[in-house]
Amino acid sequence: MAVKIRELPEEELVYGSFACAGCGGILAVRLALKVLGPRTVVVTTPSCLLGVTTFYPQLAFKVPCVNVTFPSTAAAAGGVAVGLKRRGREDVHVLAVAGDGGTVDIGLQALSGAVERGHRFIFLCYDNEAYMNTGVQRSGSTPRGARTTTTPVGLRGRGEDRPKKDMMRIVAAHDIPYAATASIGYPQDYLRKIQKAAQTQGPAYLHVLAPCPPGWGYPGHLTVHLARLAVQTGQWPLAEYEKGRLTQKKIDNPRPVEEYWSIQARFTHLLS
Amino acid sequence: MREYINGNEAVARAVRLARVDVVAAYPITPQSPVVEEIAAQIASGELDAEYIRVESEHAALAACYGAAVTGMRVFTATSSQGLAYMFEMLHYVSGSRVPVVMAVANRGLAAPWTIWADHQDSIVCRDTGWIQLYVETAQEALDTCLQAYRIAEHPEVLTPVMVCLDGYVLSHTEEVVEIPAQEAVDTFLPPYKPQRVVEPERPLVFGVGAGPDLYPAFKQAQQEAMDRAREVICRVDEEFYRIFGRRHGGLVDPYRCRDAEIVLVTLGATTGTAREVADRLRQEGIKVGVLRLRALRPFPAEEVRRALAGCRVVAVLDRNCSFGYEGAVCTEVKAALLGLKEPPAVVGFILGLGGQDIRQADIEDIFRRCLAAGSGAVHQVAAAQSR
Ligand SMILES: Cc1ncc(C[n+]2csc(CCOP(=O)(O)OP(=O)(O)O)c2C)c(N)n1
Ligand code: SF4
Ligand SMILES: [Mg+2]
Repeated sequence: MAVKIRELPEEELVYGSFACAGCGGILAVRLALKVLGPRTVVVTTPSCLLGVTTFYPQLAFKVPCVNVTFPSTAAAAGGVAVGLKRRGREDVHVLAVAGDGGTVDIGLQALSGAVERGHRFIFLCYDNEAYMNTGVQRSGSTPRGARTTTTPVGLRGRGEDRPKKDMMRIVAAHDIPYAATASIGYPQDYLRKIQKAAQTQGPAYLHVLAPCPPGWGYPGHLTVHLARLAVQTGQWPLAEYEKGRLTQKKIDNPRPVEEYWSIQARFTHLLS
Repeated sequence: MREYINGNEAVARAVRLARVDVVAAYPITPQSPVVEEIAAQIASGELDAEYIRVESEHAALAACYGAAVTGMRVFTATSSQGLAYMFEMLHYVSGSRVPVVMAVANRGLAAPWTIWADHQDSIVCRDTGWIQLYVETAQEALDTCLQAYRIAEHPEVLTPVMVCLDGYVLSHTEEVVEIPAQEAVDTFLPPYKPQRVVEPERPLVFGVGAGPDLYPAFKQAQQEAMDRAREVICRVDEEFYRIFGRRHGGLVDPYRCRDAEIVLVTLGATTGTAREVADRLRQEGIKVGVLRLRALRPFPAEEVRRALAGCRVVAVLDRNCSFGYEGAVCTEVKAALLGLKEPPAVVGFILGLGGQDIRQADIEDIFRRCLAAGSGAVHQVAAAQSR
């Protein structure tokens, strides 16, 4: 049974966070928890998400939340999964959440290890394509051309000069039981993938594009619009890996990338 | 039952007897046999535990932390580079008040590369908020690992414990070890019953952030827990004695200190050598003693002061160096003696780095040099080994 947006529970499991208006990351987590439900443990790590949810005494999660060091999100999630299993609590989902930096860069080794060991957990990477929490520095997930505070634009700088790391191929190389990319701009597709991840016996990986108004330089009401445009311009392919097969949703008539670039300060130098 | 085993095996026996639930560890010389032995115990069915075969030490401690917050009794072990690699997680675990027990087979740190014993690896972790106990024998390694769970899990303490044993000298050297009976251990160490665990029915946050208004209160709580740990360590050692007939001194282990003119302060396995030298010098009429520090954190300042107050010269043997100053233990001992009316002179000796043997002759030399030292002023002679 596919989840329908209209049938999602009213109850909010992450509520009262300090996220910016229009934060794609918090939306990604909020939707994931609506599908997974209250029998979930969140394991998270330094990132905007941690910064805006669990600063004592503020506790924005209505589910247990285990914070850990930046490099070891997946390792801690593995420990939680093993412990819950031993306590006979296999009814509880373990949702590890990290930003793109905490996934594709500093957290990659732990993610690789935990996936290879086959713990039953869901790893959710909300990708805002830079280190937002520390002030918009580039990450391995920053797309080519994007301006960040460590890939500035100037006489000799043209923004990020390397392509975005292809995480799907990396997790697929582990022959992970289930992996998918998604965009918060396509919630029906995203919800279906969360549900699939939840039903997976073993590790599942979700990589969701999560636009960030201050980091990308656009007004907050455009978050969902941009999350859709990224897909429609071919900048963010919706892909799935299952039973050894990597499939990608084809975009029939991609819209010109300029449409996507022109409304984000991080790309405007590419158009002049 | 008695077995002829080395320190690593003794640690693995303790892990089994403690009925540890989850082990996450990464191999490194000279700790590796601990994890091999634990894996073997699990494979043979002797130990009903999960072994998470992590890809690094950072992950080992993160996995222990994750399992511990779900209510598991957890164990890890490492050495040297591995402990250094854990550094970030060490603070995280102690700050989160998670009672992990870890064995450290002490080894020097690169560069230059070494696999041999000194205490640099754990000494540089003094300030990570872990309780540190240094053992002298394989027997004490076993006993202390069992005690460590009682200490770490004590609701008034809730602080992780490092059990430090000298690489090779203890980790790889066989001795006769009394293996306690499982029933007796079960009496001494009941199952772990945490007050707070991860469960959806009672959502809690572990590892919160805290601003300048609240952060100090968390740290104050850690410091107070360490203060309480002093008494708990002693009480647990006494209780252990009542059940098993062995005790290891609690915080400090003084030997012939009462009327001593010169006392040598030691950590770990070297102490046995020092006692033999002390006995020999005593026969010559030279009044010397040995004070082994079993706990380095919490630091037993009171006990050190009491044991050393009457002597003329204190020699401190450091198997570590705080570069730019002196051996770390020397600094701590000096600080503990401040305020005494007639404080003894304190002389530091840095020996046995990177597995360099500490021979009886070296220790005798230390005693004789101190004998020659005159005044009662507190001073420091940083000395490399005299060879
Ligand atoms: C070991 C370590 N290095 C650096 C940091 C500083 N740090 C905290 S969050 C962060 C960036 C997070 O970026 P990302 O994972 O993409 O999440 P975002 O904030 O963008 O949502 C960095 C560099 C840290 N906490 N720990
Ligand atoms: S900076 Fe970006 S990622 Fe961080 S809270 Fe604001 S919108 Fe969200
Ligand atoms: Mg990011």
